[in-house]
Amino acid sequence: MAVKRDRTRLAVLLGPVSLFLGICFIGPLVVMIIFSFLEPGLYGGVEWNFYHWNFGRILGWADGEWEDFDWVYAEIFGRSARLAFINVLITLAICYPAALWVRGLPRRWRMFVVFLITLPFFVSLVVRLFAWVLILRPTGFLNYGLVGLGVIEEPLDLIFTETAVLIGMAYVLLPFMFLPVYASVEKLDRSLVEVSSDLGASSFQTFCRVTVPLTLPGIAAGSVLVFIPSLGNFIVPDLLGGAKVLMIGNLIEQQFLSARNWPFGAALSVMMMAVMFLLILIYLRRIGRMQTRP
Amino acid sequence: MPDTGLPGSGSPVAEVLDAVKRFSAPEGGTVTALDEVSLEVSAGEFVTLLGPSGCGKTTLLRCISGFEDLDAGEVRIDGTPMTGVPAQHRPVNTVFQTYALFPHLRVEANVAYGLEVTGVPRRERTVRVAQALEQVGLQGLERRKPDQLSGGQRQRVALARAIINRPKLLLLDEPLSALDRNLRHSMQLELKTLQHELGICFLFVTHDQEEALTMSDRIVVLNHGRIEQIGSPEQLYHEPATSFVAEFIGDGALFTGTIEGDPDPALVTDDGLRLAIRDGVPAGRRMTMLLRPEQLDGAPAAPDSAFGILEATLEQSVFYGATRQLVCRLGNGAAITVTPSPGADGDRLYRAQLGDALRLAYRRAEPHLIEEARDGG
Repeated sequence: MAVKRDRTRLAVLLGPVSLFLGICFIGPLVVMIIFSFLEPGLYGGVEWNFYHWNFGRILGWADGEWEDFDWVYAEIFGRSARLAFINVLITLAICYPAALWVRGLPRRWRMFVVFLITLPFFVSLVVRLFAWVLILRPTGFLNYGLVGLGVIEEPLDLIFTETAVLIGMAYVLLPFMFLPVYASVEKLDRSLVEVSSDLGASSFQTFCRVTVPLTLPGIAAGSVLVFIPSLGNFIVPDLLGGAKVLMIGNLIEQQFLSARNWPFGAALSVMMMAVMFLLILIYLRRIGRMQTRP
Repeated sequence: MPDTGLPGSGSPVAEVLDAVKRFSAPEGGTVTALDEVSLEVSAGEFVTLLGPSGCGKTTLLRCISGFEDLDAGEVRIDGTPMTGVPAQHRPVNTVFQTYALFPHLRVEANVAYGLEVTGVPRRERTVRVAQALEQVGLQGLERRKPDQLSGGQRQRVALARAIINRPKLLLLDEPLSALDRNLRHSMQLELKTLQHELGICFLFVTHDQEEALTMSDRIVVLNHGRIEQIGSPEQLYHEPATSFVAEFIGDGALFTGTIEGDPDPALVTDDGLRLAIRDGVPAGRRMTMLLRPEQLDGAPAAPDSAFGILEATLEQSVFYGATRQLVCRLGNGAAITVTPSPGADGDRLYRAQLGDALRLAYRRAEPHLIEEARDGG
């Protein structure tokens, strides 16, 4: 009787989410994996033959011919992972001190600042990125201002560079780092910081030995939440990186929408997910080890 | 000015001189948490800060440890002024009320923390950690994490961690309040023994008067940021300087009134209750009389001018094992507690039924009289 009631409960509670994820997440994922092993058709579409050269092409070995060896896709993967990783560092470097500062505020001010942090979500991402285009372009506000102030003579080459992409991605993903980091920083028991200095530790020692280890869960969550969208992002590099800073996201978009090579796009997606999964797994294991260190 | 009490033996290890600390209240304005507080702790002494919550005792502790700065006055340790010295450089350590153990570190790393951050070599560290853990009776639990320990064990880790740097003064902020009653009693004795072994001064904060009485060499009673009295537990119990101390420490009834000399020396309360007092108190003064439960007993059969007599009605009788407490109602409506002693007079009280009229007596030389300030009614 009790078992039966438990099962009903389980079905009611988990049914909707299972159904939703099954149809909208697992289904497309399976389709994607299947497509990644199909042969691209000559005029778009697919031939239903097993074909593994989609992955060969990503790795640089386009069709099994050595003379066609090409690193270009591996390079794009490398650049994407590098930029995503740098973006994690940038957002962390901005958000961690900010979170420490917010914790020191009176309670009602804290709520207000957290609200301010989430404020950009109320405006469309594309609109906000176009604002950055206006700021960064050679005749934009930033160059205009700097030249006007006499800081520089010639407008800086800002837009369509990796720097511009990093600025844009850090800007877009800042709240995803701030919120988890802040949650863990706020939870940190103040008396632990006090007891550390009471026992003779300097502020820096306290930071390294108490504050950081105890807020690692927030740092880990924030890093993952920033890394994943950074790696797959295509709007920011499209608007701020132009054609020069191509990232996997753009490549996948091109394959599906312009090149109409769905199997190759699918293979790129599957590959990206695999890389992401692997990197996050390594990262979380490292964090876990740091936490349980005796 | 309140009495600064008897100094213990030797030179003071810690001194607090005219300490003033104000906080801005959330509603606006300021709250004076410490109002010209002065005290000293001598070598080897166990001093307790006692007072109701919000009396400033924790604030005083935080000012000594360096987590808060004084607005005026000074803290000296071994004669050295501590003004401007950050907490990390003060030769004091604190046991926090919540223990504040590092949840990510094992017991041994928690205890070793103070040695690690001050750069004590590993070899010496190991020896001293083992020694500290032995002193608090925690051998064998070195590899545990704090969440794998009981409340009493955590308390001991906090203690071992705080004594490992060999502080001149150990500050303890209500360290026993989270423990259950039995454990608290045994920890009280252990703390006292440990303090004796280590020879470190303890400054112990509590709101529990019983705890203060059992553990301390001297007690500092704080109320509203001011020192009410400093003295030995015996002094505070038998000769409280203010009615606040009389009320806060031990049980007993307080009667405030005017002294009259005729026909016998007595204190007459505003509602007309007449209480016989010892001879030689000048008439006309306003005083408060403290009657402890053990000073009251059944009235002797024959009239005796050495006793003061109170007529009362028995309202409740509570059995405590070794003693029995009777709660009686006096003619003016005040409640009074009696602990009858064995003997003929006491036995009469033991046999009384609820609602019976009783004659209570006290030796009129015994009750302590407190001079009331002229402005205070």
